[in-house]
Amino acid sequence: MSTYLAPMRDMQFIMNEVAGLEEVCALPGNEECSVELVESILEEAAKFATGVLDPINAVGDRDGATCADGVVTATPGFKEAYQLFVETGWNSLHCSPEYGGQGLPTLVSTAVNEMWKSSNMAFALCPMLTGGAIEAIAHHASPELRAKYLPKMVEGSWTGTMNLTEPSAGSDLAAIRTRALPVGDGSYRISGTKIFITWGEHNMTENIVHLVLGRLPDAPPGVKGISLFLVPKFLVNDDGSLGARNDLVCASVEHKMGIHGSPTAVMAFGEGEGALGWVIGEENKGLGYMFTMMNHARVNVGLEGVGISERSFQHALAYARERVQGAPVGTAPADKKPILHHPDVRRMLMDMKSRTEAMRTLAYYVAAEMDRAHAGNEASRARVDLLTPVVKGWSTEQGIELASTGVQVFGGLGFIEETGACQYYRDSRITTIYEGTTGIQANDLIGRKLAREKNPGVAMRALLAEIAATVAELKADAELAAIGGQLEAGAAALASATDWLIANYEADTAAALAGAVPFLKLTGIVAGGWLMAKSALVARRQIAAGSSDPFYTGKIATATYFASHQLPFADAYSAEVTGGSAATLALAENLF
Amino acid sequence: MKVLVPVKRVMDYNVKARVKSDGTGVDLANVKMSMNPFDEIAVEEAVRLKEAGTATEVVAVSCGVAACQETLRTAMAIGADRAVLVESDAELQPLAVAKLLKAVADKESPQLVILGKQAIDDDSNQVGQMLAALLGWPQATFASKVVIADGKATVTREVDGGLETVALTLPAVVTTDLRLNEPRYATLPNIMKAKKKTLDTLKPDALGVDVSPRLTTVRVSEPPKRSAGIKVADVAQLVDKLKNEAKVF
Repeated sequence: MSTYLAPMRDMQFIMNEVAGLEEVCALPGNEECSVELVESILEEAAKFATGVLDPINAVGDRDGATCADGVVTATPGFKEAYQLFVETGWNSLHCSPEYGGQGLPTLVSTAVNEMWKSSNMAFALCPMLTGGAIEAIAHHASPELRAKYLPKMVEGSWTGTMNLTEPSAGSDLAAIRTRALPVGDGSYRISGTKIFITWGEHNMTENIVHLVLGRLPDAPPGVKGISLFLVPKFLVNDDGSLGARNDLVCASVEHKMGIHGSPTAVMAFGEGEGALGWVIGEENKGLGYMFTMMNHARVNVGLEGVGISERSFQHALAYARERVQGAPVGTAPADKKPILHHPDVRRMLMDMKSRTEAMRTLAYYVAAEMDRAHAGNEASRARVDLLTPVVKGWSTEQGIELASTGVQVFGGLGFIEETGACQYYRDSRITTIYEGTTGIQANDLIGRKLAREKNPGVAMRALLAEIAATVAELKADAELAAIGGQLEAGAAALASATDWLIANYEADTAAALAGAVPFLKLTGIVAGGWLMAKSALVARRQIAAGSSDPFYTGKIATATYFASHQLPFADAYSAEVTGGSAATLALAENLF
Repeated sequence: MKVLVPVKRVMDYNVKARVKSDGTGVDLANVKMSMNPFDEIAVEEAVRLKEAGTATEVVAVSCGVAACQETLRTAMAIGADRAVLVESDAELQPLAVAKLLKAVADKESPQLVILGKQAIDDDSNQVGQMLAALLGWPQATFASKVVIADGKATVTREVDGGLETVALTLPAVVTTDLRLNEPRYATLPNIMKAKKKTLDTLKPDALGVDVSPRLTTVRVSEPPKRSAGIKVADVAQLVDKLKNEAKVF
């Protein structure tokens, strides 16, 4: 097995020289943060990822969480690792200082989260879900609920979950049936079955705080009648101590394709008199509350695409340097070399490296824009809204492809579990599904973020204008002019698909939706290509200023590869959007 | 009691070292760098001495390029109180480092200098010993246990035959072996506090030390690849091969 090493140089380059860490640190509220501090944080987080989380990743795959009589036991070693995670304070990195957090910017937590996801995605889901629950409670719950639950959750002593899905309510949350009966003292009795609850039950902490979507007896039908409840595993007394066990139980955990270390629970609420819960915010507004934290959650899952690609790449690269097979073309047959010397293996590794860097740059860029939006920048807010489904959908789709390439590099051994490449591939497979499938992300992108905007297409056109400015800069530099041309062509393809969608969305919504996923991938490739091109410009400036750091020549190489090997797909996707829907929908349902 | 902890920035121990194709050294391009693991053990020991009330101040010191600040911040995140960087872009060999550390020790007047027994990059295993000689202090190398009491350090050393315990009168130099302790993971609040701690930068010239190299690297090469094994027919052949080929008797 290889050992995960955080790609510090690329992370720091993107944060400092592309995403604008220094400027993010200067935003109001981030006074504690500085470039040097972030360096230290990354350094120590990397140590934790390599020393604590990476060694138990394969253990979690082989020896996943188990459930017996409602008690879920985490993978051996996970509980101790989680305790260390809490003791070292990592859980509180992004949380508000008001509740004991360190209040560091999203850009910083994004880089740190990438390390957790690379080293142990199944483990990382637990604090990720807690983070989402913290955000929902912090933004929408009453001061009493916040004071009672947040300090323990920020610390990580209690974890959080999201209970949305039910057997007949998946992507369609309007179909939710879980019932909530008002008790009359401000509390509610909750009953119903929830499925796919990540880390819904476990033995790592003394309490678990479930956020549950449910309906009141008099609730309006559909999504306008959904409320959000806080339902703790153990009731919490007024002095903060733990009281009676609440009426909720884990019925089973799922047998899954991957992330075996993360227990995916079927939760049964209220099999007795009903689980006690407290409403978050106002009744019937639950779905809106869930959406306010969606941006972070979706970027976080997109980051899993980055993390798993990086891990799979490192694993494949280590093997390609070691595995000796055949002599490279044009050399003596007896002079056998590691497979890294063979052009097709080089192609695979370059593809993994370049596309992973593009994804990372996009995710960090959006994270920095979230920080700017948080400080009140409206243009950044619009950019975040536009690109969030792209980070989620594009990065996770690529994560699967690249983890598959990671298996391929190993040849026959890649198909053997002991080699370890399979795990990344299997783990990656969930990422395009949970937190909204790629299809849902794409519908969000072409609908709410584009055609159904108040001023349709304004956010995308603002992005295209920025890309045009970068194209001009690239073309002014003879060395980078080729990238400029490729980016220009990609941007033109995105512009024409955008125009087509805006013109046709109302009149033929089905045709537009049939091309939604190709449009999402098109946006991802052009946005990723744009940021890689910007990275190349930075690298050129550094070299011109006298830097001999080989990182910069490497960055120009990966940017050049991305422009010449990924941007050409933009035309194909654009054609699929603007002219492909008729063929997609041509076959009558009964003829399938 | 003040404790001085010299730390070195080296290639991370998880990185598989690759020799540059021209044989001039190890390829450090885009390679993750970290604190020398033996030095990390030294920092941990010093911080434990402080936590136990034995030490009053822990000062970390590093000699090398500006990026060594990162290594010093790591030491401060673990618990060192402040740090000194002796900044130099020159190649610093063991004798030069020992002289620089002597100059720093003269300024700081610590009772104890504790550092790794060797750095994992060049494995020289010389700085601690040279420093003790330059200072004229007693030394205990390869420590697996350190007890400080009544102006003395009682140090258990890992030697070939087993363990040896020596008592040194302070001030003294101690170098750490692997089993002395298990370094902690720095906590996020301590990482944040570390940035408020003082990090002073000095130059070799200001310390009056000539750091010019005394040694020349002739060639760096990878260890020979392990060749395939063979099957022996019987015990007699095995003994014969051990005796005549491997020459183990």
